[in-house]
Amino acid sequence: MKRRPEPVQVVKERRDRALNALVEGIPYVQFLGISFERHGDELTGVLAYDDKLIGNPALPALHGGVTAAFLETTALIVLSWQSLWDEIEEGRIEAEDLSPDTMPRLPKVIDITVDYLRTGLPRDAYARARVNRSGRRYASVQVEAWQDNRHRPFAQATGHFLMPPAPAA
Amino acid sequence: MQDIPPDTDARRDFARRFIQALPHCGALNMGVEEVGEGYAILSMPWDDRLVGDPATGVIHGGAVSTLMDTCGGTAVMTHPKGPKTTATLDLRIDYMRAAEPGKAISAKATCYHMTRTVAFVRAVASDGDFDNPVATAAGAFAVTT
Repeated sequence: MKRRPEPVQVVKERRDRALNALVEGIPYVQFLGISFERHGDELTGVLAYDDKLIGNPALPALHGGVTAAFLETTALIVLSWQSLWDEIEEGRIEAEDLSPDTMPRLPKVIDITVDYLRTGLPRDAYARARVNRSGRRYASVQVEAWQDNRHRPFAQATGHFLMPPAPAA
Repeated sequence: MQDIPPDTDARRDFARRFIQALPHCGALNMGVEEVGEGYAILSMPWDDRLVGDPATGVIHGGAVSTLMDTCGGTAVMTHPKGPKTTATLDLRIDYMRAAEPGKAISAKATCYHMTRTVAFVRAVASDGDFDNPVATAAGAFAVTT
């Protein structure tokens, strides 16, 4: 017999709960004011503007380190979210049980190369990442950040990550 | 930006003022340890707001990158060629190991070559000994002279 699909709110609530458990447990992500918007399995990182993110006050411009951290965080969360999504959708992890304390371990950054294409303006920024390869041990992720115009990115990066060991069955 | 002062104390004051004028560096409580010609050591005290992995308490790579980027910019600004402004063009960061929770991080950057338009920088970050780095970085900075 075909199972009835779950009500949309139940599905959304479960997915959002898992995403919150992933993001809210990281102090530095909260400190910078980064949050994530979810459409299906696609995430967009949002860096909410704050005066403390400014590097050069004369321009003014976002600090290059903030831009790098925003790109790195988006790459890391998108990569983690991709494996978490599969675990949840296939029922191996119960989203209800997820909290910052019970989260699967995060991947580790091996290296990241950041291209600064334009000045980061004093306003909100957005970023999306694409996982180009995700193996059992290593992953390669590309990420792009923009402000007013999606087609005029102000920074982009490629990073390599070491995946956490798979949980013992 | 003004001309770089010739003696060491004045150069350190210049670097201190340069860092203090950057709001995000103030938010991270960055300090100037040492400054030479095209060379700088900056530090950043331990802070639980900067933790990147709550399971281990290890500081987020982004905070270390920010310290190395700022240190690179300081090394460029204190170069004898005396650039007026600088901005990061690209920065590659390699993370060797996790920084020990509770420890301050220092970064050492050298601007080893400068043309009229571009400065080349290497940097290393550590929680104690620069021979046992937490991360290293290589970058190109745009300069106006």
